[in-house]
Amino acid sequence: MKLTDTTNTTGMDAEREKGWWLAHKWLLLRRIVQFSIIALFLLGPLAGIWIIKGNMSSSLLLESVPLSDPFVFLQTVLTGVSVQQTVLMGAIIIFVFYFLVGGRVYCGWVCPINIVTDAADWLRRKLNLKSKVALSRNNRSIILLAILCLSVFTGMLVWELINPVTMFQRELVFGMGISWLLLLSIFFLDAFISRRAWCGHLCPMGKFYSYIGKYSLIRVNAAQRDRCNDCMDCYTVCPEPQVIKPALKGSADQSPVILSGECTNCGQCIDVCAKDVFSLGHRFINPELHNSKSDTSQREVSL
Amino acid sequence: MSIAGGTTLQQRRRFLENISRAAGGLALFSMGLGVYSRQAQSLPAEALRPPGASINETEFQSACVRCGLCVRDCPYDTLKLATLVDSVALGTPYFEARKVPCEMCEDIPCVKACPTGALDHTLTNIDDARMGLAVLVDQETCIAFQGLRCEVCFNVCPLQHKAISLDRSHNARTGKHALIIPVVHSDACTGCGKCERACILEEAAIKIMPLKLAKGQLGQHYRLGWKEKEKAGGSLVTPDIEHKYNLPEGETYDYAGEGLKQNKAMPDTPFGKSALERLNQGLQK
Repeated sequence: MKLTDTTNTTGMDAEREKGWWLAHKWLLLRRIVQFSIIALFLLGPLAGIWIIKGNMSSSLLLESVPLSDPFVFLQTVLTGVSVQQTVLMGAIIIFVFYFLVGGRVYCGWVCPINIVTDAADWLRRKLNLKSKVALSRNNRSIILLAILCLSVFTGMLVWELINPVTMFQRELVFGMGISWLLLLSIFFLDAFISRRAWCGHLCPMGKFYSYIGKYSLIRVNAAQRDRCNDCMDCYTVCPEPQVIKPALKGSADQSPVILSGECTNCGQCIDVCAKDVFSLGHRFINPELHNSKSDTSQREVSL
Repeated sequence: MSIAGGTTLQQRRRFLENISRAAGGLALFSMGLGVYSRQAQSLPAEALRPPGASINETEFQSACVRCGLCVRDCPYDTLKLATLVDSVALGTPYFEARKVPCEMCEDIPCVKACPTGALDHTLTNIDDARMGLAVLVDQETCIAFQGLRCEVCFNVCPLQHKAISLDRSHNARTGKHALIIPVVHSDACTGCGKCERACILEEAAIKIMPLKLAKGQLGQHYRLGWKEKEKAGGSLVTPDIEHKYNLPEGETYDYAGEGLKQNKAMPDTPFGKSALERLNQGLQK
């Protein structure tokens, strides 16, 4: 990683220009969504209000709509076991949702692990820590491939035996075991060993969701990229900085839309940019049309 | 060799390096997880799966997505999800009979809640569930075998007389009392665990065991002669000559039942009906 000159001045320009609230708008929205989802799951067991029942692997919304994690579903199918239609329906619903809004919206807006890894990254920035270990982002592809192959060969849901993501999500709703220890390990790994190690380099779920969102409709774009003053703040805060460059620094005939499936649509680049280069919109933005005009209509898309 | 080299040879070298690294990592990760998954397939004997779960643990574990909907719909909080510290596959539902047994709800809500069919939706009558099998594992401590009246396991059994019956046998210690022994019948026992829960001993003498451990199985080639005979409607080999005792006239022997039988329709003896008549015989003439 080249960003060794990072100091905790990141985002200060944006705060000065836009004010604290606008410079944290997407972050706050994301946290509200993340905690609301956890709260919805907890409302049943704690208050007896069953809006949603189950956990993020599979659940039942309003006692009628099945929702299932397509990643767990895929593993189940690969084991060769025949399953009920309910879980298929649930997986299709979730698949279609993320297909439209962006696969890794799951990572940035839903998965509770993100709160922890974001915190680790925040600490890393505040303490100005350097990456000690460089991990390859291909690791998660290798792990994903291994998991899918193992599901076929062992006929078992092998990943679900150790998956810290579903484990934490489950224990959050069904009573905490020791998965918080695992989460603590992920925090320390991310904060002190390697930047964004878990979500950006190891987690196969995120990789899987990046494929779902490869052609997703809702995208972050750098439509106002001619305003960019090269402060590098967006690269510093972005959990997948490699996705920004083609859109921000691409030639005039290249789309200003961040097209990589790895983008989590977290909006941290939008928040941190003092020049309002980035906005959230759809994938079919025409650079000629939007380069000069102020692009307010695109920014209002809500999730 | 320079690191930033761009010749085909160096590119190839780097490519091969990366591929080998990936393959090595892949192999190590797969082996570790593969070996662990083998271990995770062994369910501890005291952990019972909900009704409708496949007896094949591997099959159950691959169908179960660990969503906990069965746990949520269990009205008696019998079911729980395994955590890392339990020796049950992570996140899968189970219960322990000695702690909280299955109450055998008639509508089987846990099965209905299962979105994947890991709990078989064709199970509609809870009496057909086979979560395990009750086995009176310790006759040395079960007080019924000491000649004491207990029968608690029989009394709590939801399928009394079918899954557990009471059989009487001779009490050899006192010589004059009966032993009233609970006997489990595998054709009716669902493995709900209420007997194990209720057993009055410090450590239950009757325990629910996984069917795999509790049941024997006759060899595929093995045939029971009398059953084959019944099926065929007659002897399959040269019929046996029926064994006959050489009995006095008027007496028969019932092999399957009472044993020696006196024929009631015995002809009158020349000796009259009562002893007095016999003594007075001849005096009247």
